[in-house]
Amino acid sequence: MSNMLIVETKVLASFQGARIVRLEIASSEISKKARPGQFILVMVSKEGERIPLTVVDRNEEMGTITLIVQEVGFTTRLLGRLKAGDSLYSIVGPLGHSTDIKNFGTVVLIGGGVGIAEIYPVAKALKEAGNRVISVIGSRTKDLLILEEELKAVSGGLYVLTDDGSYGRKGFTTDVLKDLLRGKDKPEKIDLIYAVGPIPMMKYVSEIVKGSGVRTLVSLNSLMVDGTGMCGGCRVIVGGQTKFTCVDGPEFDAGLIDWDALMKRSRVYARQEEHICKLRT
Amino acid sequence: MGKEPVRAREIEAKERIKGFDEVVVGYSEEEALKEASRCIQCENPTCIDGCPVGIDIKKFISEITRKDYRSAYFTILEKNNFPSICGRVCPAEYQCSKTCVFTKKNEPFASDRAIKIHFLERFVGDYGIKNRLKPKGAKEDLSRFKVAIVGSGPAGLCCAGELARRGVKVTVMEGLHDTGGVLRYGIPPFRLDRKVLDFEIDSLRKLDVDIITNCVVGKTKTVYELFDQGYDAVFLGLGAGAPSFLGIPGEGLCNVYSANEFLTRVNLMSAYKFPKYHTPVNIGKHMVVIGGGNTAMDAARVALRLQKMNGIEPDTTILYRRTEIEMPARRLEIEHAKEEGIKFKLLVKPVEFEGDKEGFVKNIKCLKCELGGPDSSGRRRPIEIKGSEFILDCDIAVIAIGLKANEVLTKATPEVKTDKWGDVTVDAETMESSMKNVYAGGDIVGGEGTVIEAMGMAKKAAQSIIKRLLEKT
Repeated sequence: MSNMLIVETKVLASFQGARIVRLEIASSEISKKARPGQFILVMVSKEGERIPLTVVDRNEEMGTITLIVQEVGFTTRLLGRLKAGDSLYSIVGPLGHSTDIKNFGTVVLIGGGVGIAEIYPVAKALKEAGNRVISVIGSRTKDLLILEEELKAVSGGLYVLTDDGSYGRKGFTTDVLKDLLRGKDKPEKIDLIYAVGPIPMMKYVSEIVKGSGVRTLVSLNSLMVDGTGMCGGCRVIVGGQTKFTCVDGPEFDAGLIDWDALMKRSRVYARQEEHICKLRT
Repeated sequence: MGKEPVRAREIEAKERIKGFDEVVVGYSEEEALKEASRCIQCENPTCIDGCPVGIDIKKFISEITRKDYRSAYFTILEKNNFPSICGRVCPAEYQCSKTCVFTKKNEPFASDRAIKIHFLERFVGDYGIKNRLKPKGAKEDLSRFKVAIVGSGPAGLCCAGELARRGVKVTVMEGLHDTGGVLRYGIPPFRLDRKVLDFEIDSLRKLDVDIITNCVVGKTKTVYELFDQGYDAVFLGLGAGAPSFLGIPGEGLCNVYSANEFLTRVNLMSAYKFPKYHTPVNIGKHMVVIGGGNTAMDAARVALRLQKMNGIEPDTTILYRRTEIEMPARRLEIEHAKEEGIKFKLLVKPVEFEGDKEGFVKNIKCLKCELGGPDSSGRRRPIEIKGSEFILDCDIAVIAIGLKANEVLTKATPEVKTDKWGDVTVDAETMESSMKNVYAGGDIVGGEGTVIEAMGMAKKAAQSIIKRLLEKT
């Protein structure tokens, strides 16, 4: 099977024009190598930008990897429009450190929006390593919720939330985390927290866990160019030091991240993004 | 005293800043002949000592004067595979032209009267391209051997060419989606025409060199796997890929770029053609580049062009802690930058980037400096002047203060020993690393150098590899 070929696509969620799409892509090398937590960089076309995406799943036998993309910007929309039989222009990886997978005990995984796709491979691996996995997933609304069944299959406990209450419990993933840590019933003994989602969610997670003593990791989705430590575009301040998400991460200790700086950096090309989306889509 | 030096023709500054076309047009045949005729063919030529790869300069210039450009091409090729590239990017004023007999003693750079060896080299190289001159083929048949080259920059390309010409089956593995390494992502097209680069890489393909892009050795494949796949040797031409930052407050603000990021966005990703190309780059009213090397000049000249091309009144400033004399950049690039309208603020050290409430840089707090005694690099050390603080408007800052080793491969390959800077340590004679059959050259050995120095190391490594392969036959 030719490398970079789109083998299959599926729309996982769709709500008012915002879609989340799953792509199965041929890449025998990456399918052999990718470990939970790692990402790849793709270019849709020769003119394309390089964007990082988490490897959600892999099928070594078929030589394919799974990507899940939310159509939030220009390049993700181009990705969302690809059909089986199309090809990517470039794919490279796996990049970044993989998640440290071992038996920690009880692990709480929190996924917000498309971040649910990113906690899935980690949840699966942690479950296989013997952990008790509790997953907390949330989306804006019912129609944007993804991977509920998949996460249910690898989790001892699953909490589902929507912001608008259209499905599951009404509220935010962080509400559940608060309950789990210092809830009305009895607090859980938690050995590790792993959260992926929008920056405000991850920032809030870092605030909630403060003082709990529970190790809390987040996986960042910074802007990148090369993804191999060459440009420094993905830099983030961790414990007062400049780190590169691509080679030092993508996982960092949530409590050490300068969230406000990260939030601002994530908006550096907001104007161009708006411009190209208006112009070309 | 002899004939006047022949200046290479250039596109005028006010024209060239409208785009990325090559600035130096180069010599015509007539001009090359005129410049070559100035060479007095010293009995004991000193210019050759100034060339990191020891090109027989005297001989190739003499061949030019006889209009035997073909022989001149092959004379250069004996030592340097890519005369068209080196003729464009070699800092001749620090190398061959500086040791030319026409350079006055104790001058920091080549005198204007020194022979313009690099322009002659470029003329000969371009003649080779135009006339499709091909290097001679293999003496021995080494085709049963396979060598993997990691990185397709100057060192990797040079090593690949050397080995392929001896019949070795060569595979080059490049991490990015396009070839050339720093020659493509770093050096802008106005300094190195992409047609030249593409031609040279295409020539390698014609020698049956296999070039695989999107392959980060250390991640996609390990060095160990390469040996498992039957490669007899591996050459690491990794480059100096990791940008240094200043370590001052505000460096994380939006629109503070490393030169690597800024140049890669523009050169490799064609951000100057946004939105036709999808990678953006921010352009400001007051663009400031920090540093005094070639990368700083490149970044500043790119910045100024971006302003010009986007209808912004050009305002690009270079900040440097020392004076122009200490700048490591090529004199030609400094001259070009000035002609194009880049402002130079010398003896200035940035101490803080200040941002607006959205987190975008809005100015740089600086201190003035004066020069003290020489430091370990032999250059006079800048000393901050207390109370000299001033504020400089800046909405885009580009940090071009140097590069460090990229450790992606070496961290995944503990047998390849590195020094305290993360550079690969090698046997200086053979370029072999601490891991058997793994060789290295270019900036990953001994830090940032020039294209020709990288090629010199790569050539040495190729010779060692060939020697080892011949022992096996």
